[in-house]
Amino acid sequence: MHDIGSLVVHMLDETTKTSVRLFAPELVLSGTIVVMLLCRILPVVWRIPTQWVALAGAFTAFAWTLYQFDQLVTPGGALQAKSFFTGLLMFDQFSTFFRMFLSLFLILTITLTVLTGIPDREDGPDFYTLLIGATIGMMIMASANHLLMVFIGVEMTSVPSYAMVGFMKGRRKSSEAALKYVVYGAGAAGVMLYGISLLAGLTGTGSLPDMAERLSMIVAQGKGIGDPTNRTIVLASLMVLVGLAFKLSVFPFHFWCPDAFEGAAAEVAGFLSVASKAGAFALLVRFGLAFSGDSKEVSSIAFALGIGLGVLGAATATFGNLSAYGQSNMKRLLAYSTIAHAGYMLMSVSALMVLRFSKHANPEAVAEANAASLSCIEGLMYYLFVYLFMNLGAFAIVALIRNQIFSEELDDYNGLGTQCPVLCFGMTICVFSLIGLPPMGGFFAKFAIFYSVFKATSVHWVMWFVLGVGAINTVFSLFYYIRILKAMYIKPRPEGARKVSYDLMPVGLFVLMICLPVLGLGLFPARFTETFHHVASVLLTGR
Amino acid sequence: MFSPEVLSNLIIFVPTIFAVCLIFADKAAVEFMRVWTLVGTAITFALTVALLGTYTPGDGGIQQVVAKEWISSWNIYYRIGYDGISLTLVVLTGFVFLVSMLASWGIEKHVKGYLILFLVLETGVMGVFFALDFFLFYVFWEVMLLPMYFLIGIWGGPRREYAAIKFFLYTLFGGVLMLIAMLMYFFASASMTGNGIGSFNLLDLAKWAAQGNVFSPGLQVAGFILLFIGFAIKVPTFPFHTWLPDAHVEAPTPISMILAGVLLKLGGYGIIRVAYPLCPYGAQYASYALVAIGVVSIVYGAFAALAQTDFKRMVAYSSVSHMGYVLVGIAVWKISDVTGTSDYWLMGMSGAMFQMIAHGVSSPGMFFCVGVIYDRVHHRDLNQFGGLTGLMPRYSGMAAVIFFAGLGLPGLCGFIGEVFVVLSAWNYSKTLAIVSASGVILTAGYILWALQRVYLGPEYKGPHPEAITPMNSREQAIGWALIVPCFALGVYPNFVFDYTDKPMAKLVRSLNEGYQNTPKPHGDVQTTQK
Repeated sequence: MHDIGSLVVHMLDETTKTSVRLFAPELVLSGTIVVMLLCRILPVVWRIPTQWVALAGAFTAFAWTLYQFDQLVTPGGALQAKSFFTGLLMFDQFSTFFRMFLSLFLILTITLTVLTGIPDREDGPDFYTLLIGATIGMMIMASANHLLMVFIGVEMTSVPSYAMVGFMKGRRKSSEAALKYVVYGAGAAGVMLYGISLLAGLTGTGSLPDMAERLSMIVAQGKGIGDPTNRTIVLASLMVLVGLAFKLSVFPFHFWCPDAFEGAAAEVAGFLSVASKAGAFALLVRFGLAFSGDSKEVSSIAFALGIGLGVLGAATATFGNLSAYGQSNMKRLLAYSTIAHAGYMLMSVSALMVLRFSKHANPEAVAEANAASLSCIEGLMYYLFVYLFMNLGAFAIVALIRNQIFSEELDDYNGLGTQCPVLCFGMTICVFSLIGLPPMGGFFAKFAIFYSVFKATSVHWVMWFVLGVGAINTVFSLFYYIRILKAMYIKPRPEGARKVSYDLMPVGLFVLMICLPVLGLGLFPARFTETFHHVASVLLTGR
Repeated sequence: MFSPEVLSNLIIFVPTIFAVCLIFADKAAVEFMRVWTLVGTAITFALTVALLGTYTPGDGGIQQVVAKEWISSWNIYYRIGYDGISLTLVVLTGFVFLVSMLASWGIEKHVKGYLILFLVLETGVMGVFFALDFFLFYVFWEVMLLPMYFLIGIWGGPRREYAAIKFFLYTLFGGVLMLIAMLMYFFASASMTGNGIGSFNLLDLAKWAAQGNVFSPGLQVAGFILLFIGFAIKVPTFPFHTWLPDAHVEAPTPISMILAGVLLKLGGYGIIRVAYPLCPYGAQYASYALVAIGVVSIVYGAFAALAQTDFKRMVAYSSVSHMGYVLVGIAVWKISDVTGTSDYWLMGMSGAMFQMIAHGVSSPGMFFCVGVIYDRVHHRDLNQFGGLTGLMPRYSGMAAVIFFAGLGLPGLCGFIGEVFVVLSAWNYSKTLAIVSASGVILTAGYILWALQRVYLGPEYKGPHPEAITPMNSREQAIGWALIVPCFALGVYPNFVFDYTDKPMAKLVRSLNEGYQNTPKPHGDVQTTQK
């Protein structure tokens, strides 16, 4: 037996020697927030522009996570995957990839805000504090290993997001959007917290890796859904999923999304559409895999959840694409497109769970299903990586064009193709990638996801339906995406419209910097798929 | 000078290189950019001819395969190569793009963008003809969509937006079906590759399909339906043809020429290169339906053409009708129970191939003729023409030759393909052969009637009579360039058959093997062994 003193010493030891080091990128970002706030109150450093402080912090965090990721994926690297902070957070390839992804995205978003001039100098510290704070929350979501951290991560992301949506204080629409977002968000968080408390109460632990084992102990064998315990497990899991579905804006929890995006500045909308999705999908995958175990009963619950997610994904993609068609505001249109893309990505999580928890008798089929479930995570990560560039690109161009024509209405985009060719070229690349046409990255990403869904069709027939809906949705989506291009290139610029001019250097360079990777990811995906494959394989099999 | 491998890569990418250089050209240097693009297409055409010069059919297999690893974890390769079937179409593509570039001189709006898209389109088309990896094939296939959408949507006629989106939607829908079929085959071939991943290699997939026991009959039928719809949209056959008249009518003349001359051939080529070799059982299973669809296309297209008052729309429907022969020729698959071979089907396939090349020459010619007169009088109403022979004698003469080639007059290129196809169809089904032969009469009907209304008659009574001037030298050059192959192919069809006979025979052999090796499901009556 340990006495309390040695326990404290042990914990202190673990915290200072490993945990803090592994957590360093987040700490750097937290430090950046402190520095920015100090800048505001200390008269000496008052003149330092906060965006550079924020950018420096983001760069440091990115470099650090990049280093960590590199050490993790190279064989014999200095770092090993492990849980830290007494098992609250997980440090592995999967989480580190997402932390790297998020800090890279933070850099790009801050750069964009520098270029567009939102926020102004006065509001800078507040805005960047919220932005970085939300990013830390997402990074915690990605590395959460405990139900408590799941909730903390989700809330740390949400609260700054509410404020950012309402950041343009003078605008009525903005405040309305923020209010809607808060009300929905609070409701979803409450449901999720209830689910978490049910799960923790049933299993007696909040630790995700232990959950499957504990569940298999309490689950009533062979009674199915009729048994009260089993029913509670399903209910609790569904409640947690509701919270995540809200963050992902999955049908039918998507209502906040178009309003919030329309009310928020395009920069903020772009940030929310990509970053909070990445965090939430990382969390969803981890939560889904927490059901892994030997118990058939638990597996069958997870399998049913997987099928349900597939149907939800199909519904979300269809709903998003069909609703987008009627939109005339660019941000609303892109918000619905975001919803649709969440649907596609959800399909790959669904395929993962269906394949992972399928009831195979012979070991060969199990091995095959496990190998197939690797490609699901690989596809999801690739999709998110491409999505970072293509969706941020689309929102960034909306923001940059807004600064010129003071409008985000699609009709005001008429004839811009000849006036700002670089922006419109960038938009063309992003739009084609969002549709999923080769040679853009969006095609390969969609291909990978369809492939994993296709593999899951051998397990359950519903996945055929999911695949079919996904394929048809690609055609649906063409309708509204092409409207953007039609406005830019085919419609003439109205008589007497303001002449739009662009200084090519910083803005054009930024747009190309975001859009060319979209093309590059489509032409040369090999390097990335291999890395993602490795990450997936470590996550699923430990090797 | 270059090895064939290098030549085929150059043919694909020279247009893109020229397009990239154009980005840096000054917007005002219109004439320079046109000449530059003309040089690019001319070099590409010269390269295709050079490649044809190095080609000997050998045993008829695919030659000079270049395979570079592209995405290794998915077994995706940059794999290109060619045989007589693809090579003749490649030469056709080079020729049609060169001629269309000459015809593009009249484009005045956003010339730079037009030329860049034009060249990118050529790369996409060439890539499809060379690709031997299903994934690569798909990528090039979709790459064509982007420039084509803009070429119709920006430089087209009054209803260009509608036509462009319709074209895009139809083709994308077909592409998605193709994608699912691609995944099915990738998945099904996982047991054969050795590393358990699956394969996109069209040659390997065809080989395994010919073995018969790799892909189940159910898979072959499902795959064939998906692939066939994907390609039939492009061909286009009834009932997937409705995008074509709109796209043709709205597209500018040179783009119509490319659309009719080359893009429609991609559908036929896809059926020959992908759909049939991958699903021999499915193709044979569906053969009667395919022939019937082809025959309906012939007759329906001809009747529709007969009913048009818009000159260009009439020509567009004639394409539907003429491409119906291609489908009939490909589909008349009957295995003789005496010899176990399919000589008539081989004849049909060769006829279909010839028909594709012949239509690739005559239909751009017809669209060009429409374009010449439209540029002058700015209308296309068949009932308001007349008497052009007197005003533009040389143009009328050229148009007569080209339209007769489309009609299928013996001695001109349209004849050979139609005769081969109808003859082989007779062996397959007498009813369908008679119906398809009646299509020839209908074709004669609408073409002669159109010639009568446009070129003959006492005088021109439509609008802008003052604008009718004789052809300029550029237009004459295009006219001659199109007329010469019309005669050459009609008089000496071996210009095509020399290259396609052996590959076609090999293909037919392996398809027969594939069908016979595939285990038939229970209760399946072998309809072919009558």
